[in-house]
Amino acid sequence: MQALIEIDRLNLFYGTFHALKNISMKIPEKAITAFIGPSGCGKSTLLRTLNRMNDMIPGTQIDGTVSIAGADIYGKDIDVETLRKKVGMVFQQPNPFPKSIYDNVAYGPRLHGITSRQKLDEIVENSLRGAALWNEVKDHLKRSAFSLSGGQQQRLCIARALAVEPDILLMDEATSALDPISTLKIEELAQELKERYTIVMVTHNMHQAARVSNQTVFFLNGEVVEYSETEKLFSNPEDQRTEDYISGRFG
Amino acid sequence: MSAKTADRIALSVIIAVAGIIMLVLAALLGYLLYRGLSHVSWHFLTSVPQPFRKGGGIGPQLFNSLFLLVLTMIITIPLGIGAGIYMSEYAKPNRLTNFIRLVVEVLSSFPSIVVGLFGLLVFVNLFHLKYSLAAGALALTVFNLPLMVRVTEQALRSVPQSQKEAGLALGLSRWKTIRSIMLPMAFPAIMTGTILAAGRVFGEAAALLFTAGMTTPRLDFTDWNPFHSTSPLNPFRPAETLAVHIWKINAEGRAPDAPEIAAGASAVLIIIVLLFNFGARALGRAIYRKFTATK
Ligand SMILES: Nc1ncnc2c1ncn2[C@@H]1O[C@H](COP(=O)(O)OP(=O)(O)OP(=O)(O)O)[C@@H](O)[C@H]1O
Ligand SMILES: [Mg+2]
Repeated sequence: MQALIEIDRLNLFYGTFHALKNISMKIPEKAITAFIGPSGCGKSTLLRTLNRMNDMIPGTQIDGTVSIAGADIYGKDIDVETLRKKVGMVFQQPNPFPKSIYDNVAYGPRLHGITSRQKLDEIVENSLRGAALWNEVKDHLKRSAFSLSGGQQQRLCIARALAVEPDILLMDEATSALDPISTLKIEELAQELKERYTIVMVTHNMHQAARVSNQTVFFLNGEVVEYSETEKLFSNPEDQRTEDYISGRFG
Repeated sequence: MSAKTADRIALSVIIAVAGIIMLVLAALLGYLLYRGLSHVSWHFLTSVPQPFRKGGGIGPQLFNSLFLLVLTMIITIPLGIGAGIYMSEYAKPNRLTNFIRLVVEVLSSFPSIVVGLFGLLVFVNLFHLKYSLAAGALALTVFNLPLMVRVTEQALRSVPQSQKEAGLALGLSRWKTIRSIMLPMAFPAIMTGTILAAGRVFGEAAALLFTAGMTTPRLDFTDWNPFHSTSPLNPFRPAETLAVHIWKINAEGRAPDAPEIAAGASAVLIIIVLLFNFGARALGRAIYRKFTATK
């Protein structure tokens, strides 16, 4: 498989705290890559370097390179807004805007300059279909997004991300606030989405990583301990620490 | 004494105090309205004051108050919201911004008479605005800006971080995220702050004595060209507001019905402030609902 994201000797500091230590990896296209590891090991931090959401945190320092489709995303001629359009993100807590279902999805396209009602209708429908939510909401698109259940809200957030036509979808524990059935729905959705998108997900749930991902990366204290095919990592880990973690001996 | 009893006692004290305050407020309002309303008539609201005879009105003063309010808000709202956005979203926490914050705090605790004297020195004399609506509006802006800045800053800070991140993650620029996500969510709080500011403008007298002045020239209410000297809309004419008028009648009113006029004018002042408050709150809620599609 083709590598879409290449991370090369990446170090990240929050002030003086060394949060990511010399990380190198290649993340393949149109597949699901899962980040696992105990709390505070830097999974979210690494995920957020991929769409430069860490830029907002004062005192963050980065060296090394992160490139997507061959372009260094921390390079001089990169437009952060274009990057973030291409690299969508879904957060741990569903965070729809306090607007209608329709407006949530149409939001990004509208602000990126699409005004034709017909075009917007089309984007909204396609995105909601893409997020497996269309059938549930098609008759009340004008209702507030807050009238949806948590799982539906999370799928709405996925639809909202899909509406700006990303290539990559970052999911930071996107199911940890959801009930098992909603979680399962989102996992199935992820399986469908990987046909068209490259997905990187952070999860605390090892079963989830084992169920849905193609590659798994195990982190500890800001370092990559092991990175391999999911099946291999869970059945036959190379590192003792991985073995200990996946068998539940710590974390 | 158990924690529960202490809790209960504290609660009853708080309720009692709140009740007393409500009662005093209601009594005060009732008294002012009762004394004043009998004197309020269409004639009273629209005719000019009579310095020595019975039957004067408050027409020009009422107009001055409203017009000054509009002028002040035209200056205060954009400046205040702009500065609030800057302080909350763009300013890096450093010495300069801390200093600005300090100035804002100090400014907002200034007695209004001092603001009035400042206005006299700077706007009236230095800028040669004379006693005028413009000078009054600028003085009231000095008086109100700190409130607007602080309210906007706090309203924006109270928008959940997750909403801001949602916008940025869609590839929206910082400004678009602020304008289209954060400001609408902060809107009700900013609206409330604006009402507070407006209420202060409407009731303010001390800051206006030496800026907008204590007289009103003869106005021609058929001439709406702001460049004509007798036009009500001319911002460079002196203008006695309703609050200043009340103060003046109480202090040196010569008309035989001065006490009634003062009472009537106070009642009008109160009613307008109340109307404005409720109206603006309802409007704020309606706009918020429209923005957010909540029912
Ligand atoms: N804004 C910040 N400033 C300083 N330190 C931070 C900041 N954000 C995270 N950290 C630290 O960086 C380390 C990695 O944090 P990160 O959020 O990436 O962990 P995580 O693996 O996602 O953990 P979790 O599973 O709990 O979400 C932690 O030790 C955390 O305390
Ligand atoms: Mg995390």
